[in-house]
Parts: sequence; structure tokens; C-alpha cells
Amino acid sequence: MENGFSSPRSESFPAGLRVLVVDDDPTWLKILEKMLKKCAYDVTTCHLAREALNLLRERKDGYDIVISDVNMPDMDGFKLLEHVGLEMDLPVIMMSVDGETSKVMKGVQHGACDYLLKPIRMKELRNIWQHVFRKKIHEIRDIEHENIDIIQMSRNGSDLSDDGQMYCGEDYNSKKRKDFDKNDDKDFGDHSTKKHRVVWSVDLHQKFVKAVNQIGFDKVGPKKILDLMNVQWLTRENVASHLQKYRLYLSRLQKENDLKASFGGIKHSDFPPKDPAASYGHQSSISLNQNDVANGYQFCGSNFIAQDADTKNHEGDLKIVSEMTEIKRTLTADVSDPQKARSSKSFGHSFAPLETEASYPAFDSTNPPEFSWRENTETQVKKELKPHLQLEDGYSQLPPHGPQHQIQMNQLQSDPEDTSVLSLTGRDISGSMEIKPLFTEFKSKHVSHVSPTESAIDTFPVQTKSQLINHQSFEPISTVISSTKPQGFNLSITDLESSQSNLTSASDPNFAPINEDLTVWLQGDYYSRNFGQSIDFIDYDDPGFLAEVPFYLYDPLTADFQCPIDSTTECPIVDQGLFIA
Amino acid sequence: MERNQMRRQLALIRQSFFDQGFLDEQFIQLEELQDDANPNFVEEVVTLYYRDSSRLILNIDQALERNPLDFNKLDNYMHQFKGSSTSIGAKKVKAECTQFREYCKAGNSEGRCMRTFQQLKKEYAILKRKLEAYFQQARQAGPLETACRSRN
Repeated sequence: MENGFSSPRSESFPAGLRVLVVDDDPTWLKILEKMLKKCAYDVTTCHLAREALNLLRERKDGYDIVISDVNMPDMDGFKLLEHVGLEMDLPVIMMSVDGETSKVMKGVQHGACDYLLKPIRMKELRNIWQHVFRKKIHEIRDIEHENIDIIQMSRNGSDLSDDGQMYCGEDYNSKKRKDFDKNDDKDFGDHSTKKHRVVWSVDLHQKFVKAVNQIGFDKVGPKKILDLMNVQWLTRENVASHLQKYRLYLSRLQKENDLKASFGGIKHSDFPPKDPAASYGHQSSISLNQNDVANGYQFCGSNFIAQDADTKNHEGDLKIVSEMTEIKRTLTADVSDPQKARSSKSFGHSFAPLETEASYPAFDSTNPPEFSWRENTETQVKKELKPHLQLEDGYSQLPPHGPQHQIQMNQLQSDPEDTSVLSLTGRDISGSMEIKPLFTEFKSKHVSHVSPTESAIDTFPVQTKSQLINHQSFEPISTVISSTKPQGFNLSITDLESSQSNLTSASDPNFAPINEDLTVWLQGDYYSRNFGQSIDFIDYDDPGFLAEVPFYLYDPLTADFQCPIDSTTECPIVDQGLFIA
Repeated sequence: MERNQMRRQLALIRQSFFDQGFLDEQFIQLEELQDDANPNFVEEVVTLYYRDSSRLILNIDQALERNPLDFNKLDNYMHQFKGSSTSIGAKKVKAECTQFREYCKAGNSEGRCMRTFQQLKKEYAILKRKLEAYFQQARQAGPLETACRSRN
């Protein structure tokens, strides 16, 4: 049984569904085990989250679904949720005796398929197989969306000069759909199709990051990555969803980093989804790093939030694209006016993944997108991006992801020697998305920056809008990153820079938090790799990236993003943080 | 005869648990899970619960001795305890947990927290005694009687 429901009783699906239950309460563990067995499921129990992760990693594709309690001693259930989503892409169900709306929302934001309240009834467990099934279907849809986004991006992006990025969505879609359907049927029946579930091993993830870096963050797109990776059995959908997660992960990391990095003290504990622009404090954070970039980057972070309100991670891509476009506009519009973040709102990017607790450093929206996301933290961004992060205020509004961005920003700072790196022009969005990869790459330090810049963005000509975007994408990365390989964050940071989004700083924040996580799984050399490369932000046409970029980064709202992008931000470079121990 | 009588008695005792609010629906769920593969499932679960929760009670006791009280920590413990108590359907105990957590959230009612916890421990102990007696009687009455319903 390798893939899918490799169960001897696959015909009688859902019988034989392989469930992994994680709960520190032995009484509940016993009860759940019994209940699941009665449903004819194949049950494995675990007391600890770490143990669960090990099990999952050891037996890739050995489980179909994970059920986990929210409160566990060794690791927060939400964190486990992220990791599982990132590394294994399995549906996860959360459980708790606490049914508070905020908790449930948090669960959903982090990607939980469902949230059960204890005491759990057997009938609730009987139907968990639907989540497995649904996820498959969504994967297909996500890919399709990505394609659409790409198309949109290309249309929107003023300077989507990167034609490579735009792949024909239609073609893809149809192709994807076909493949997927085909696979899907097979999956349930005979696990012969490889498509069933891709387990992103460290190696695979590294390939992924490598590919992303090679392509250039701003140009990255599932198809390109797939081609580069040259892994026969991998499909574009796999890559696409992985990319999305990666971005989320990065953004989450960035947020965390932001938090840690005391950036301009932007504390946006909760980004009001409604006010994307303003809250993207992360932008500021980004600017932190970049110095220059910061200004440019208006973290569309807030945008993400706003948009993302409805779109959860999945949709993040979609939204990001739109956000990106907006961001671009915003960015270009007025560097000094990060508040234009309005466009960022479009980042429907689901911040969910972002646990932005970090306060985004307010970056200066004014800074020219010089996020040079170079690997070496040459804060090119700094150059002129002097993001006046007014984010301080903004951050508070920033969605929780904000903090992430901050961190990133910091990193960027070090690197932005050429703010233009972020040539976000038109590709801001992509840039941001790319940024994620940067995170991983940044291991060395850039990570904290809006990562994208660092690695890929060598040339961020951020003047425009893209800056913001970069960061946004990070969100997903954070979550995702943990398990995936450090995708080349080829952050098209360069793009970002060019767009001058004030994001520049924003991008950082994303990275920052991601760094930590990234290091966790990125293990290392990716970072250097990615960062070093010029992060060419993919055009917006690559929704994948966009999605990744935590939109809070992009938040054009920067209405006042004063992200104090000071390159010295201590955004922890992703380089080590990514991998979760 | 005697056995039948015992069984009837057992059934009454069991019913009283529900009527008096000691146990709730969850207990019935446990009974339903009991089958040939696990003929003593309910008793095993209850035993496990008491064993695990006694540790929690100790932690809470210790935490309550601190000054000032760390309400966050207490709330955390109580959250775990509540989760555990829901597993066997310990209704009264659960209610005390909820009350305790309310006080913790208020953060300024040490006295109330203490008193609630005392009450909680009392309910906890009462239930324990009752269940132990119940299971013992069930064993005496014969395996069929451990739960009113057994399902395969």
C-alpha cells in the first residue's frame, strides 16, 4: 500500500482508511482507537506530536488522514497541523474539548479539514473519509486556480515581461483535470497511480527548492519547477500545492521571525482581515531589511488578509495573484505611500497559515523596492528603499502574519544592495511569492528578509509594486516549508523590487518567520542556493508564488506602512529555522 | 435468581448514574464500544482515566499552593482535566472544571478557584467510588452485566 488508500480492502473504501491519531490524553487515545477500529479503519495511535511526525515521515504515504488534539504538551496541535500539511499534505482533523470560535477558526486557518469537539461521537468518526476524498478533489481545483491566476496575472501585470511564467492555464487545466480524474479514479481503486499522494521527503523538497531557485522566484511556477525537478512521478498539481504550502510556511516563519525581530515594534497581533493594507505591518518589516526595499514594499500583507478571509490557503494563490496586481499598482504608485496597500487586499491569501504573531516591522513604504534579495543579504534593498514604515500602525492591523514579514524584512535588509533586485515590476506578486523560497534559501540570513529578495531578487527593481507581494507569499511558505524542500525561493524578489513596492521590507517579514521553520526542513543548503540566485520574481502570472507570498506583505495598504525597514532587522535567516527539528 | 436480581440491581444503579447527573451520554458510547474483542472496555477506560487524572489533580494542587496563582497554568491543567473527564462522561466533574476555568479567566478569584477545586475533587472521588462499586458488582453478576448493552 503505497499510495492512496493502499489498503487491501480498497474496494470497500473507506474501510481500511489509515488513520493516525495523536492525543496526549491516554484515555481519549484508547477510546478513539476503539471507535476507529469499529469503523473498520486502520488505526495508529501516538501520544506525542513529535512521535507522530516521525511516524509520518518514516512511512511516507503510510497514512491517509491524521486526527490530532489541539492541546499537546510537546507541540502545539496547530503547529503539527501545519507540518503535516506542508510535508505530507494529508488532511488533518483537530479535536478539542474547547469549542471556542477563535480556536476553531484558528484550526481552519491552519488548514484543518475539520474541528471536532470532545466528546466525540462515533458517527463523527465514521465520516472522516470524506476529508480525504475532498482533499483530492481540491487539489485539482487548486491547480486549476493557479492556472487561472497565472493568466490573470499576466493580464494584470503591467510588466509581465516574463513570459516564461505564464503557462497556459487552459491547457494545464484541462490536462490537469484529466490527469487528476484519471488518477483519482485509480487511486481509490488501485493505488497504482502515483498521483495519489506525494510525500515531500527532504530530498524531494530540496529538489523543489533548488528548482525554484533556479527558475527564479519571480518566475517560478509549478510547471517550471516540475520540469526542472525532473521527477517522473510528480505532477504539476503536486508541485503547485506544495508550492502554496511552502509559501504559507515561509510566511508563517516570517511572522514568527518578525515577532522575534523586534522590528519597528509593529505589533499586529491580528490582522483584521478587513483591513489588509493597513495592517500589513510586515511590510515594514521587510523594509527593515532592505533598507531600501522596504519602502518599496508595501506589504500586501494586509491585503492578504482581507482577501484571504475567504480563501484559505488554497485559494491563497488565487488571491495573491490579484493582490499582487494590486500591490503592484500600489507600489508603483507611490513609494512613499505605502498605504496604497489597498491592492493588497486582494491577497486573498489565506493568512491562515500565517500565525502572524509577529509584528510586522513597519516598513517604509517609501522605500524603493530595492530588495535585493540576494543571498548574501546584501541588502540591496536598502538602497533606496527607505520604506518609511509607518507600519507601526498598520501593523497592528496586519494580520497575524504580519510578523512574519517583518522578519523577512530584516533579512532583506542585509541584502538589498540593490533594491532593484526586487524588480517587482509587475511581478510583484510573483515576487512575493517567490520570496518564500527565499526563505529557505536564506538560510544564511537573508532569510529574514523578505526573502525573496535575497535569493532571487538580485535585481529588484522594486519600484513598483511588487514589493509587497513578496512577503505575502511567505505565508504559506511557513507552513509549508517545514516539510518541503527549500524551494528555490527564487523569489522573484527582483520583481518585487522593481515594482518598488514598499514591500521590500515586507518581503522580509515573511521570510523571517519562515526561516526558522524553513531551516527546520530546509536543511540547509538550499538556503544558500536560493538566496544567492537572483530572485527573479516571477511574473504575476505565476499564481503559485503569489499565493505564497503572504499577502500581508503585499499589503499595499501600507497606508502607512512605516516599516522601519532597517536592514539590521534580525530576521532570522531561514537557513536553519526552516526545518522543524 | 440471585444473578438476575444482581443484574436488575446493577441496571438500577446504572440508571441512577444518569438520573442523578453523575454520568452523561458519553458513558453510553463507551458501553457501546464494548464488545467481544474488548469485553471490559468500559472498566478499562475508567481505570485509565482515574490513573491519568490523578496526576493532573496533583499538578493542580501544587499549582494552587503557589502564590500568586498562575491562572494561565491552572487553566491549562484544567483544560486537560476537563478533556479527560469528558472521555468517560463524568458530568459533575466536568461542570466543576468549567466553573473553575471561569474563575481562572477572571483571574482574580483565588478563593473561588480553591473552593471550586475542592468541590471538584469531591465529585471526582464520589464518582470513583460509585464506579468502582458498580464494576465490582458487574463482575459478580456475570460478564453480561458489565454494560447494559454490549455490542460486537
